[in-house]
Amino acid sequence: MTQDEAFLQFLLRMGDNTLILGHRVSEWCGHAPVLEEDIALANTALDLIGQTQMWLGLAGEVDGGQSADDLAFLRDAWDFRNVLMVEVPNEDFGRTMMRQFLFDAWHSIMLGRLIKSSDERVAAIAAKASKEVAYHLERSSDTVVGLGDGTAESHDRMQAALDYLWPYVGEMFASDEIDAEMAKAGIAPNPADLRAEFDALVQRVLADATLTIPESEFAHKGGRNGKMHTEHLGHLLTQMQWLQRAYPGASW
Amino acid sequence: MKNEWPLWEIFIRGQHGMSHRHVGSLHAPDAEMAIKNARDVYTRRNEGVSIWVVEANNISASSPSDKGPLYEPSESKVYRHPTFFDIPDEVGAM
Amino acid sequence: MYAQMVKSEATNDDPEKLAEFQAKIDADIKIEPKDWMPQGYRKTLIRQIGQHAHSEIVGQLPEGNWITRAPTLERKAILLAKVQDEAGHGLYLYGAAETLGVSRDELTEMLLDGRMKYSSIFNYPTLNWADIGAVGWLVDGAAIMNQVPLQRTSYGPYSRAMIRICKEESFHQRQGYDAIRKMAEGTPEQKKMAQDALNRFWYPSLMMFGPSDKDSVHSAQSMAWKIKINTNDELRQKFVDQTVPQAEYLGLTVPDPDLKWNEERGHYDFSEPDWSEFFDVIKGNGPCNTDRLTARNKAWDDGQWVRDGLLAHAKKKRARHLAAE
Repeated sequence: MTQDEAFLQFLLRMGDNTLILGHRVSEWCGHAPVLEEDIALANTALDLIGQTQMWLGLAGEVDGGQSADDLAFLRDAWDFRNVLMVEVPNEDFGRTMMRQFLFDAWHSIMLGRLIKSSDERVAAIAAKASKEVAYHLERSSDTVVGLGDGTAESHDRMQAALDYLWPYVGEMFASDEIDAEMAKAGIAPNPADLRAEFDALVQRVLADATLTIPESEFAHKGGRNGKMHTEHLGHLLTQMQWLQRAYPGASW
Repeated sequence: MKNEWPLWEIFIRGQHGMSHRHVGSLHAPDAEMAIKNARDVYTRRNEGVSIWVVEANNISASSPSDKGPLYEPSESKVYRHPTFFDIPDEVGAM
Repeated sequence: MYAQMVKSEATNDDPEKLAEFQAKIDADIKIEPKDWMPQGYRKTLIRQIGQHAHSEIVGQLPEGNWITRAPTLERKAILLAKVQDEAGHGLYLYGAAETLGVSRDELTEMLLDGRMKYSSIFNYPTLNWADIGAVGWLVDGAAIMNQVPLQRTSYGPYSRAMIRICKEESFHQRQGYDAIRKMAEGTPEQKKMAQDALNRFWYPSLMMFGPSDKDSVHSAQSMAWKIKINTNDELRQKFVDQTVPQAEYLGLTVPDPDLKWNEERGHYDFSEPDWSEFFDVIKGNGPCNTDRLTARNKAWDDGQWVRDGLLAHAKKKRARHLAAE
């Protein structure tokens, strides 16, 4: 694998994560538990869509002049490189916020490293995104703590969300030859190296939330390299890509 | 109403050197969440420099009067602003 | 309009105070929450502002219907920002209503159990992507007709909410026109979608202003109080006059064979919408009434544990804080 090929894969991983998660979060619009949360979730989704435009925009450039829209709307499931966690359905507000928190924790640490990327374009995107994500993390950790330490029902729902999502955490830190290539070039950190910081952060917040981290270290994987996705991704793409697929070449 | 989140009055300093200004109200379980909600609700088009929140029932009032606030663009969300959309002259004001 | 057919309440107050109150309104002095106001003024405003707020909230649904299917990342972001604004507008308006002594949760319960209404327009479905353009262009366009004058309404908090809303609303209408224009200028299929959207949204948009109220007692009282600024017919005419050239520019046909410019009046003549359809929709028989209320009820019921949970945590935190002192 050349460095350029690895770079493209890295950019797709970043952009597909924000694309798919942004899509999931946007599904809440008009359905959140309270108006203030509706507005806050929309802000998160907007930030993620904006970041997608930057990551996939750069990926398209590297990949010979495609647009971010081409990559978002015209690839099939096997071309997506997001972690599996962002694909799973929202379920209740608790699972949505727990997923947001786990992703934000990884995302903020990742972006913190990418600010120092040897690639200026990556560093610039990370600089903008990291400010947004710092706020996402603040908000999602407050909500996880609030609901974990709230009523008996909210506690149980948050524990169930954590139990469900925990097997999807490991994939965010799985390193492969693409990551090695990026680390060697100083473009991006090796994900495995972020784990300790992540664990410290997540343990602190989940302790405040009175929640118990599952003991199993099993991790679902396959999203980052496209070898395996959840069944949910196809349905998500069916919605997201429908107009572009049904009316090829039209401009919107 | 059982368990309704308290009402908070929101004050925002829009620019350095200006005083805080009442922009409206919202609901939140506590002061910290009220500040976060205020950021999401009342600074969608700009970055307020500073936010104050006061639980509404802690405010003693004589007779209020103030004009509504106007707010400034956020650089990254230009599409929120009408001028982002190019509307032909022929169709008139919009 | 977003607040349709709001009946003004009869008022039974001290004549001297009433005269003083009316003199303030006539002199364009704003009424503020702590000022004396007639019971009828308060009740009518709660009904009107509440209905307007509910319309913003329910109005999220037909447009939200397309967020996950928006055809480009930019359109997705624009639409999401727009629907988010509707939530914000609802929030500002509930805030204004709350200054009159009713809580947001009380208003919400009244929406959810059908005691309070929202605008008829949101009981129509969004069936193709051009509908998103049409909603911004026509529905927000019609709303702006009413909201711009309401910035001068006599009740201070309502007026301030309107000023904030109007500032944001222009973005809504322009993004809608921009979206539908792109389609009207696009492929034959896109043009068909645009025309289909106009066909379905034209008359429901005209209905937004409500039936003619030029002889209505309620309307006269609300106008004297300056919580209604123009008659429904005035606003409807203004809307038609503004919108027809915009449709022509797009090369789309307004679905009204009798539409024509009347040189003498200096206005377009146009056909009235089918008012029996309007009353059906108001009564709950529009295409989407049941779905809309079901969706709002579900969001509210599913959210109960979240609202309770966060509040319980806030109380525990305060108790711990006090104990530590």
